[in-house]
Amino acid sequence: MFKKILIANRGEIACRVIKTARRMGIKTVAVYSDADRHALHVAMADEAVHIGPPPANQSYIVIDKILDAVKATGAEAVHPGYGFLSERAEFAEALAKAGVAFIGPPVGAIEAMGDKITSKKLAAEAGVSTVPGYMGLIADAEEAVKISGEIGYPVMIKASAGGGGKGMRIAWNDAEAREGFQLSRNEAKASFGDDRIFIEKFVTQPRHIEIQVLGDQHGNCIYLGERECSIQRRNQKVIEEAPSPFLDEATRRAMGEQAVALAKAVDYCSAGTVEFIVDGSRNFYFLEMNTRLQVEHPVTELITGIDLVEQMIRVAYGETLSLRQEDVTLTGWAMESRLYAEDPYRNFLPSIGRLTRYRPPEEVATGTHAVRNDTGVFEGGEISMYYDPMIAKLCTWGPDRPAAIEGMRNALDGFEVEGIGHNLPFLAAVMDHPRFVSGEITTAFIAEEYPEGFGGAELPGAELDRLAALAAVMHRRAEARAAQISGAMRNHRRVVRPDAVVLMGGRRFDVSVSETNGVSDVTVNGAVLAIETGWQPGETLVRAKVNGTPLIVKFDAVTGAMRMRFRGADLTVRVMTPRAAELAALMPEKLPPDTSKLLLCPMPGLVVSIAVAEGDEVQEGQALCTVEAMKMENVLRAERAGVVSKINAAPGASLAVDDVIMEFA
Amino acid sequence: MKDILEELEARRADARAGGGEKRIAAQHAKGKLTARERLDLLLDEGSFEEFDMFVTHRCTDFGMQDTRMSGDGVVTGWGTINGRMVYVFSQDFTVFGGSLSETHAQKICKIMDMAVQNGAPVIGLNDSGGARIQEGVASLAGYADVFQKNVLASGVVPQISVIMGPCAGGAVYSPAMTDFIFMVRDSSYMFVTGPDVVKTVTNEIVTAEELGGARTHTVKSSVADGAFENDVEALIEVRRLVDLLPLNNREKPPVRPFFDDPARVENSLDTLVPDNANQPYDMKELILKVADEGDFYEIQAEFAKNIITGFIRLEGSTVGVVANQPMVLAGCLDIDSSRKAARFVRFCDAFEIPILTFVDVPGFLPGTGQEYGGVIKHGAKLLFAYGEATVPKVTVITRKAYGGAYDVMASKHLRGDFNYAWPTAEIAVMGAKGAVEILYRSELGDPEKIAARTAEYEERFANPFVAAEKGFIDEVIMPHSTRRRVSRAFASLRGKKLTNPWKKHDNIPL
Repeated sequence: MFKKILIANRGEIACRVIKTARRMGIKTVAVYSDADRHALHVAMADEAVHIGPPPANQSYIVIDKILDAVKATGAEAVHPGYGFLSERAEFAEALAKAGVAFIGPPVGAIEAMGDKITSKKLAAEAGVSTVPGYMGLIADAEEAVKISGEIGYPVMIKASAGGGGKGMRIAWNDAEAREGFQLSRNEAKASFGDDRIFIEKFVTQPRHIEIQVLGDQHGNCIYLGERECSIQRRNQKVIEEAPSPFLDEATRRAMGEQAVALAKAVDYCSAGTVEFIVDGSRNFYFLEMNTRLQVEHPVTELITGIDLVEQMIRVAYGETLSLRQEDVTLTGWAMESRLYAEDPYRNFLPSIGRLTRYRPPEEVATGTHAVRNDTGVFEGGEISMYYDPMIAKLCTWGPDRPAAIEGMRNALDGFEVEGIGHNLPFLAAVMDHPRFVSGEITTAFIAEEYPEGFGGAELPGAELDRLAALAAVMHRRAEARAAQISGAMRNHRRVVRPDAVVLMGGRRFDVSVSETNGVSDVTVNGAVLAIETGWQPGETLVRAKVNGTPLIVKFDAVTGAMRMRFRGADLTVRVMTPRAAELAALMPEKLPPDTSKLLLCPMPGLVVSIAVAEGDEVQEGQALCTVEAMKMENVLRAERAGVVSKINAAPGASLAVDDVIMEFA
Repeated sequence: MKDILEELEARRADARAGGGEKRIAAQHAKGKLTARERLDLLLDEGSFEEFDMFVTHRCTDFGMQDTRMSGDGVVTGWGTINGRMVYVFSQDFTVFGGSLSETHAQKICKIMDMAVQNGAPVIGLNDSGGARIQEGVASLAGYADVFQKNVLASGVVPQISVIMGPCAGGAVYSPAMTDFIFMVRDSSYMFVTGPDVVKTVTNEIVTAEELGGARTHTVKSSVADGAFENDVEALIEVRRLVDLLPLNNREKPPVRPFFDDPARVENSLDTLVPDNANQPYDMKELILKVADEGDFYEIQAEFAKNIITGFIRLEGSTVGVVANQPMVLAGCLDIDSSRKAARFVRFCDAFEIPILTFVDVPGFLPGTGQEYGGVIKHGAKLLFAYGEATVPKVTVITRKAYGGAYDVMASKHLRGDFNYAWPTAEIAVMGAKGAVEILYRSELGDPEKIAARTAEYEERFANPFVAAEKGFIDEVIMPHSTRRRVSRAFASLRGKKLTNPWKKHDNIPL
């Protein structure tokens, strides 16, 4: 076996590879840019090599720098992780030339699958079901219309070199096909410098389901079941699961066998993924093959019990696969949530900064329940602007889908991340979404279910009762402690009364708490809930049981109230005496100030320049000012036309989030 | 006998009705609670003991003899907050608009005398139209009597003012002499002269809210120490503050049970100070991670944000915190931040509250604005306040401690008891760049030489060890153990006794 390998990557995937390598007794070398000097993967590796400044194109994807690091450390093989150099044929070639093993597929396979048109041709030749479409190059719009008519509408017009939704158009008739072709071609030329376009059938009710394959250098190749990755936001996967709630055994086998056929056609040897699009009638069509380890590989590992990284390393060393197809069994259900540093309340705007708090749920693995968290960050670490905004991949496993989902709900509730905006509340909300729970999902799930973005989850009444009861117990505990202060008048101490009113989400809950032997019986609007919790003032994570069912809530004390976060909801909870509640009801409802005529600072930063003056007329999209945050200059633009009535900030001023920069008439 | 008892109940009911249903409804319509409702929220349930419920005014001018109302526009007495005694007065806007008469003032003076005598804080809930004009000079005399009591009570018992309605003209000066002023957003304002007079005299057109609302006084003038959304929130938060304060200057700050290990390690603090010396970081994170239960009661949060002041608890006991905030103006000292911190330090010293200082200060803010504004004297206030303070003083330098600002920020030389530094501390006369430009002026034309000199200077001074070698720093500590080190330091200082030379009073550069 290799004695030492280098991981040409960073973040969670570097950490994940290091873990397996360490278990196999292989020494590891990390590489890092200036921004990652204190990163977790650097701390975990046996050795670490500095490879340049923060931007990836000056460090992580500079082949020569990685080769130098390999030479300097004597690593025998390189694991590329995903992204960066993982699907760059030149990199695999350069390693081969240097006599270093590439823990991935052969150069030919990377090249063949790297081009959409080539890969589709190869797939069709290998007998893989492909989307009906035209593979040749299309000369002009008229030809595009003709071809579209032959395929049958709706059709998808796509750039050959495209990705991430760029250069893609859907056409439902001739006119749209003509226009779409033109637009896609222009976009493709501008974005990729490659204006080749192809047209294919547009699949309705599409699901993204992919097959994990694994091959060795001796012609063996197997498939490890599927992953469903339909929960995506703008083509970015958010939640994945294995198996798919949609596939039957026959479809699974058909997809698996075709995936293996394709892999064999390109002499694939390593872990790879064949992506399919599946329509509402379980017709599946080849999309593309990813010649690397996928981000979402842990869900496959959880249901197969196979360590894919270990298999990749063994295969790269030349070992023969010890697994045959019949050895692969899918057990239970696994779910993965990708925790991104994107603020769901601000339209998933990337959020960077310091993780002032980062406490993932405890990892467990029992016969009935598993929690796994793949991460590359730590409390006190920095989420930088230079790389992928993913913080962690939280996975749960259970005997069936409902158990995996329930496990995920509790794991998300117990995951504390502060200091930056992140999508954890959104992930939690999806786990409770009836359509997600039913499994009736498509790749349009997020766009259809959250068309206006995400504004926090609405909790059902029974959950609010549980929260109200817990809040009452916590408040009583905090008040009882407050009453024990020194200097109180002897014999005239404050008595904390058992009844209280909980105000939350515009609703009122009349509660009464009686505590015996650590269990609090709480009457909430007439019904009794038994609450057990060891919570003490100051703890930010509340673990409780309500009538024996776990309830995990994030808690902060805020001005005059309690803030409780649970299942994607963010609630301000006020617990008070009945008299206080009566008086609180007299307080006016204050509407949040109208900010539509204000330019607010979206992030803490420094004003670099102001581009307009008071009295100026501005047009929609016009640059108003530049704010520097974390060394990045952000140009703030007018959301609509207007006249600048007042400017409150001058260049050089440091601003907090939501500080008013300028006002409009 | 029964009739007599009923007579008492009837009289009480009459007094409690204040200005009557209609005026109470009007008060509620303005989003305000009545004087008694506010006391219900401020004090422990059932703990209020009223004084002078039946007092009425003695005025006979302008037909006043025909309108007498029990209590005369202010409710006074005492009660408890978490079982600890406080004296309160709550002005009743439904009775004569809460205006201050001779007798109204006498009621306030009575409870202030008792507060000083018995050693308990005074909390005033202000909601008053101003002087009772019908009484003329008697009303003005009433104000002055209250002012005098405020002065004498200052430093003896904590005094807290909550502005919950109008507070204008002479009325502002009683709150102004108390220790803390809180305001309620949108329903309170304070000014010496109102918008009408302003317009007449200066032609300025300004609303009452702009002239003296909560935002004005918390952000611009620093008259107020905090603002709250409504009456309920304000009173809940005042209770929280009282829980942090000693009852008087003869007692130690209160202690309550706590659920946080004093030896708690915070590894994330090891990465709080960024690699780049010019990159800011949020000092509040350090405060929250050192404090018991992450609980911090900030004072003047919206004003002079380059310095942070407020209260935390360590081992259940109150500690005042002063900290430079690198996020704002690089944490430098200026006129506003010096004034803000100086007043806070003096409050802590007056009431035996130990002071914890976190230092990351690049110096004083330069410029004509500062010099013309008298930064010398204002900066001296903070220096003076630290220098005269005899309470336990623990200081932690996290990064920069440059120049005179180093001396000011509770340095060893100002009788600091424990002066710690993180390994990232740089204690020097100034930053390397500035120092080299002065020391090696002749080499300025040669960037290479200057770079070498700068590196040399950094190597020599950009660390805590030069100061530690001289004993100006008692110990260089790991950031992650700050809570434990600071807690133990204050624990060791519980018996501290230090007295300044006798004087009538000092002459702080006001």
